[in-house]
Formats: sequence, structure tokens, C-alpha cells
Amino acid sequence: MDEKIKKFLYVNRKAPYGTIYALEALEVVLIGAAFDQDVSLAFLDDGVFQLVKNQKTDGIGVKNFSPTFRALGDYDVTKLFVEQESLDERGLTADDLQDIIYEDEDDDWAEKPSIRIVSRAEMADVMADQDVVLSF
Amino acid sequence: MKFGVVVSEGPYTHQASDSAYNFVKAALENGHEVPRVFFYHDGVNVGTRLSIPPQDERNIQKNWTALAAEHDLDLVICIAAAQRRGLLDENEASRQGKDANNISEGFRISGLGQLIEMGIQTDRLMTFGD
Repeated sequence: MDEKIKKFLYVNRKAPYGTIYALEALEVVLIGAAFDQDVSLAFLDDGVFQLVKNQKTDGIGVKNFSPTFRALGDYDVTKLFVEQESLDERGLTADDLQDIIYEDEDDDWAEKPSIRIVSRAEMADVMADQDVVLSF
Repeated sequence: MKFGVVVSEGPYTHQASDSAYNFVKAALENGHEVPRVFFYHDGVNVGTRLSIPPQDERNIQKNWTALAAEHDLDLVICIAAAQRRGLLDENEASRQGKDANNISEGFRISGLGQLIEMGIQTDRLMTFGD
């Protein structure tokens, strides 16, 4: 395989339920983690709902996959960019989102937050900085 | 240039697979390389050989099979997405105890790793979807 490490960005734009995009995007992220690339996730538009805490899906008969986001740190997926404006437009704040942390191996395994709230302009910079963008 | 192509919407419902087909054809005719096309989400349905569109309509599945034969394309259907949607090749059908398979000639079923590998090995990744 090519030796060069590329910057992969997975863009999550859709609500967690109602369509399968969010679940199948997460499946790509988990498989992709085995490839040792520089991985980031972006959450914007209705995609911010994917990270909302205390999700309960019993009533709609589909699997609640949101706990999987908390395991991403174990896969070295530690950069989850969430767009502030998308939160605002939906009446959400950072407090409505799950606590997702990772252990920083370069800082004596200190626990740090994976979620980084960024502005729409900063999100554009994040996207411009990537080699491969996969949008879901 | 080397293009990797992702098709993430189903045939006929959505234009994505048509646009991807036209893009791949044009890219190849203009001297570019397309090492792989990866079908994900409902895009996996492009790979069935059992569809029978009306005769005066384009046949999306046959078009891809013909293009693959002409240019030795690698058309990969995601196995996880395919199993949810009932797309099986001969091996999978026998492994899963199913009584039929339905993959078109020119397509193969493989894992999501093929998508990531395509992103690593190509110059540009193009997604045709919603």
C-alpha cells in the first residue's frame, strides 16, 4: 500500500435515524481506522443530531448506534468537528452532546475531549485542509 | 489523473449512478485512469443482474457491465451494504445458505477497506450521491 498518510474527512450531514446514511458512514469510519490515516469527522446540518446524548430508539425499532461514537478514541479517531451554526439553528448547545473523550498518548494518556465546536468558517478551513472527503 | 469513484444512491430512483457512469466514461476517454468504482448505500443495487427496465429506457446495470468489460474496470459492491439489501454473489449465497445470487458480470463484492484503499491510492475521490 501507498506509504503516504492522507487526511481523511468524513462529513456527516444527516440525522441519525430516518435514513441509513449516518449508520453506514460510521461503519466506514470504523473500517477506515485500520488503515492508519489521519482521520477527522465533521458534523453539520442535521448531522449534529448524531451526537446528541441520551438517544432512545426503542419506539422506532432501530438500533441506537450512538454509543459507538464514544469508542472512536480507541480507534485513534479523536477529531470530531461540530459546526456551531448547525447547533444554533437546531436549538442545540454543546451540553446536549455526548461526552466523547480520548486518551492522548503524547500527553501521558491524559483524557481530552474529542468534540471540537467550530464556526462555519473554521469548518470550511478544516475541509480545505483534507486529501480525501467522504460525504454522507 | 487517477480518479476513485463512489456511487452512493440507487439506480433509476436517483441520477447519481448515471452521472457517475458518464463521468467515468468521459474520464477514460480523456486519458485518465479510474482504478476502481465503489458502490455503497443503495448504490449497491446497480450491481444486480435481475433488473428489467422498459426497453425504451437506458439499462444502467448493463451499461456498467459493458463499460467494465471495455476498460477492465474494477466495480466493487460493499459487502455490508449489499447483504442488507439482498445483493449476493455465488460465494456469499452459498456461505449464507441462500438459494440464489444476483450479481451482474463485471461486478465483485468486497469490503469497505476497498473504499479506503481507493481514497489512499487515487489523486481525487469523487462521490456521486445525494
